[in-house]
Amino acid sequence: MTTATQPTAGAAARPEAPLIEARALTKYFGSVIAIQDISLEVHAGEVVCLLGDNGAGKSTLIKTLSGVHPPDSGEIVLSGETVKLASPRDALHRGIATVYQDLAMCPLMSVSRNFFLGSEPTKGWGPFKRFDNDAADRISREEMHRMGIDLRDTSQAVGTLSGGERQSVAIARAVHFGAKVVILDEPTSALGVKEAAIVLRYVVAAQARGLGIILITHNVNHAYPVGERFVILDRGKQIGTFDKEELPKDELLKLMGGGAELDKLSHELEEYAAEVEQQVAGGGAGNGAGTPAA
Amino acid sequence: MSEAQSQDERVRTRNPLQVALSRPSAGAIIATVIALLVFTWPLWECLGDPQACTARGFLTPRGISNWMEVAAQVGILAAAVTLLMIGGEFDLSVGSMIGAAGMVLALAMSEYALDPWLAAALAFAFALAIGFLNGWLVTRTGLPSFIVTLGMLFLLRGATIGITRLLTDRTQVGGLREITDGDIFVQFFAGDVIIGDYSLAASVFWWILVTAVAWWILTRTTFGNWIFGTGGNATAARNVGVPVRGVKIALFMTTAASAALLACIQVFTVASADVLRGEQKELEAIAASVIGGTLLTGGYGSPIGAFFGALMLGMTKVGIPLAGIPAEWYFAVLGIVLLVGVLLSNFVRRRGTGVRS
Repeated sequence: MTTATQPTAGAAARPEAPLIEARALTKYFGSVIAIQDISLEVHAGEVVCLLGDNGAGKSTLIKTLSGVHPPDSGEIVLSGETVKLASPRDALHRGIATVYQDLAMCPLMSVSRNFFLGSEPTKGWGPFKRFDNDAADRISREEMHRMGIDLRDTSQAVGTLSGGERQSVAIARAVHFGAKVVILDEPTSALGVKEAAIVLRYVVAAQARGLGIILITHNVNHAYPVGERFVILDRGKQIGTFDKEELPKDELLKLMGGGAELDKLSHELEEYAAEVEQQVAGGGAGNGAGTPAA
Repeated sequence: MSEAQSQDERVRTRNPLQVALSRPSAGAIIATVIALLVFTWPLWECLGDPQACTARGFLTPRGISNWMEVAAQVGILAAAVTLLMIGGEFDLSVGSMIGAAGMVLALAMSEYALDPWLAAALAFAFALAIGFLNGWLVTRTGLPSFIVTLGMLFLLRGATIGITRLLTDRTQVGGLREITDGDIFVQFFAGDVIIGDYSLAASVFWWILVTAVAWWILTRTTFGNWIFGTGGNATAARNVGVPVRGVKIALFMTTAASAALLACIQVFTVASADVLRGEQKELEAIAASVIGGTLLTGGYGSPIGAFFGALMLGMTKVGIPLAGIPAEWYFAVLGIVLLVGVLLSNFVRRRGTGVRS
């Protein structure tokens, strides 16, 4: 507490210190520069999107923020206090919860058992102290409900849930156990359009409850509707941080390198399709008897 | 179905049969019923001739005590093995542990003239230490428990034979009757409980007790949740603060203790110990667990299922010679039952729990 650093110029505009702030984080893996001089801040009730292509350094950045990798330089500041995150567990204790893509859950365990794994509610005392199934069911149902998820049956196995629902369980759990900042690692990447929309709705619900959220994605369509600020990474460097107002969606796409690439790709695909068409037309006449009617 | 919950149109009401089938123990219960029907099959034929029935003897008081006792021997191990397997590990050394702990018990009484209870305490302490070592090696080295405990299987068996030879020049320790006779402590392991026509061995009650305790721990305690978590997804469990290593070590100690319990029952019952006791018992215990619906990959299973798995094996082992089939066919039947049982429980689990892969 006594070592609290002066707020930076950017944060001074806000009344409170950001929940989490990264200052010039750099991480090397051997000779590889995974991320260099990355800075971002997340306030309560704010969704910050971390965008970038594969290999841009998104994963390294969140692993640094969640205590998996110690940064080689730069610092992490939580509510004005500079901290060293010793482990993911330490980060969790300080209120930073990370929901990974390969969800940290046991598919064959029930929702409520998963929800309380490691922090089980108990009743009774001494040798008769036991897992309080009813409380676990009730609390997990309530927590899910507060996120706007009406769970069908908390005793069903997590493996029976869809990807989006599993994400929601993980988020609700993080919130219940006191997370202030929730880092979501590609929560929508493996989901269909509908499912992704559901998860994004949970993100907004969590935000409305005053959490700070870092949403990692490479899908601009998912990031844009929920994000307020966008941190764009490319090849380990920070291209920039933009507020939504100053950045139309097309612009964002272009910045990610996606826009130009997509234009090029669609052009290439058109050419390729034309080529194939020609070949089929030419080849089909030559050995038409070889293949049955397609 | 309660009112509030069935309001939700997304919950499909499953018929009770489907719900029952979704339990991990369903396969083993079905297998037990089938075994019961198969081995009492001649009952229909001999209904008119009670004499023939008694000769068959499967459902007579003696027959029942007989297969219950055989089942108990597997079942005591299977309950502990099931917990360990749900925790995601294997223990192949329980069979050797029966021989080793039995020899510790017998030698302590015969060579060192210890009281039976003290000798038994020594045997348990020995087993717990080896169990701890197993768990420590598995969690420290990261080697598969299959390999670690396979090593322990050979090590324990070899050392038991070697040390017994050194001390007594033989591979059996007998003549414990004078020491154990009239000892009340011994009666807890070797006594018979007589209920009407039925005389049940103490081991049967131990079997029921151990199963009940295993079930209680697994489904009703925090530690049980940790066992599921450890086997279901060890990384996830560790990240949320479950002491995964501690859980595994405790489970290895549990299986070793179950072997020591069985060793006490055997040694006190027959008043002798043999270095070869318990051979292949580890495999039978695993078979009972698997028939009982426990997954080899961890995170799923049931001590109740293991109970019925063991019961079915006991019935088969006793029923085969009673049905006039040479006893050596037991292992062939066991193999078939195991394969069919696993296929069945796989199918049932997928249908029942609806878990998406």
